[in-house]
Amino acid sequence: MEIPVMVGAGLVVIGVGIGIGRIGGSAMDAIARQPEAYGKIQTAMLIAAALIEGIGFAALFAV
Amino acid sequence: MQKNTLTRFLLVVALFLGQFTFASDTEKEVGEHDKDLKTEIKEYITHHLQDAHDFSLFSYTKENGEHKYVGFSLPVILWDDGLRVFSSSKFHHGETLAEVDGNHYKLYHSKIYKTDAEGTIHYDEEHHATNVKPIDFSITKNVVMIIITGLLMLWLFTSLARSYAKNNGVPTGAGRFFEPIVLYIRDDIARPNIGEKRYKKYMPFLLTIFFFIWFLNMFGLTPLGINVTGNIAITVSLAVMTFLITNFTGTKDYWMHQFDPLGKSLPWYGKIPLYIILVPIELLGLIIKPFSLLIRLYANMQAGHIVLMSLIGLMFIFKSWLGSPLSFGLAFAISLIEILVALLQAYIFTMLSALYFGFASEEHEHDHEHEAEVAH
Amino acid sequence: MEKLLEEFSLGLFFWQTVLFGLLLFLMWKFAWKPILNAINDREDGIKNALDAAEDAKREMQNVTADSEKLLKEARAEREAMLKEAREIKDKIVADAKDQAQVEGDKMVKQAQATIESEKNAAVAEIKTQVANLSVDIAEKIIKGELSDKKKQLKLVDDMLGDIKLN
Repeated sequence: MEIPVMVGAGLVVIGVGIGIGRIGGSAMDAIARQPEAYGKIQTAMLIAAALIEGIGFAALFAV
Repeated sequence: MQKNTLTRFLLVVALFLGQFTFASDTEKEVGEHDKDLKTEIKEYITHHLQDAHDFSLFSYTKENGEHKYVGFSLPVILWDDGLRVFSSSKFHHGETLAEVDGNHYKLYHSKIYKTDAEGTIHYDEEHHATNVKPIDFSITKNVVMIIITGLLMLWLFTSLARSYAKNNGVPTGAGRFFEPIVLYIRDDIARPNIGEKRYKKYMPFLLTIFFFIWFLNMFGLTPLGINVTGNIAITVSLAVMTFLITNFTGTKDYWMHQFDPLGKSLPWYGKIPLYIILVPIELLGLIIKPFSLLIRLYANMQAGHIVLMSLIGLMFIFKSWLGSPLSFGLAFAISLIEILVALLQAYIFTMLSALYFGFASEEHEHDHEHEAEVAH
Repeated sequence: MEKLLEEFSLGLFFWQTVLFGLLLFLMWKFAWKPILNAINDREDGIKNALDAAEDAKREMQNVTADSEKLLKEARAEREAMLKEAREIKDKIVADAKDQAQVEGDKMVKQAQATIESEKNAAVAEIKTQVANLSVDIAEKIIKGELSDKKKQLKLVDDMLGDIKLN
């Protein structure tokens, strides 16, 4: 396992972290704006987060 | 806003760098003796994360250097030109060779290899063992835990079912705790994601998988050193089941969406160039969905165990009045988070499974119209 | 990836699949089916009970409305009856008054008639008596007058004289 690969994986994880953080934050905003749509927002948030997380895992296990 | 985010990001990076320098400092301070302790802890953690052929509750080293294990051995079942069944006590925790029917087996890094009478392990260039591995159907620690969890679930929920019959629809005892969870899975996971009409046939699977993962995650937090859901074979099996159920209950619309995503919006000659790209992507999506499921559960549980055990290990490495309580406090905090993660991962697995089932069993609008026509 | 593949144990996969399948089947049969059915039954029961309560409430409202209507009707009837009674009373009183008047008038008339007739009778009697008395008186006077001859002659003369005058 060479150093550049690990750094790359780390960068991907940072990106994934920012991405999931933004999804979570936006979902919070959306829920605050429309509390009655809580369920739908949560589902959409989980799907998006899960997809991004998949990329993160792919990067981690590609190392 | 953007600038603020950037500053925060830099701050986080700075904090991380600070921690790294701190870590390297401590590394210099600790002497040669502690280095051994570190590798020992590392090995211990790696060992703990893996499946084991015996159920050891704890082990300690006697003053004369002899390792003492407390626990019980489990049956080993191998397929190696015929079934070979023997007790794992023959391995003496990897210290000796097991000789069965003239074959010699060695336990090496929690895996069973076939060796010669001396127990030689051959390695390739990357230090991987090249010995023959017989197919291992042993009742390992994880299998024992699966059986225990299964029995626990059966006992808990059949008694809940009986309490309904006895008490005229009112749960008693532990059922009072579990019933709201069952209702939550039905009303907030299955119903909105699968749909009012079809959710019923998926309920048993969703409930079973939720409680199975949750209970095993919680068992993983006990000091028995169990890591079932953090084992790739387990999560592969769970994800494969979700995958199979998704595709076997898929409707015509679902398969149309897989192989003909554009439908009637384009003539067939227009679709061909697009479909060369689209269809493989759709098919890849089929595989990626369960793959991300299995990797997510595996990685989360594995990571939780590693962090927790590393923090516990740090207590012994620091051996100071400041460091050890600090790592103890951290370990305690992480344990609390892990309790949440145990529930969250079970929830996410169930939720995403329900979502995939919902996609697969979805029927589009024109079908509803057709149904309405038939009904009239 | 390589590490994952190395870690993958076919035996564990096999056991997990078999045991989970078995667990799924057993839970389905002996736990989830009765539990979900019981919950469904209970929910249906609650729903039915609520519906029934709603129905009862509606019925109750109907009954209240009905009874109110009845009460109103009864009240109106009572009012009408009272009014009628009062009218009848008034009529009876008026009738009685009229009748009394008529009767009274009649009696008065009768009394008047009687009085008249009595009076007439009395007058007639008085007349006869007066006539008789006057005849008696006249007799007596005549007797006295006619006791001597001179006077008799004078009387006849007078009378004759009267007749001539007549």
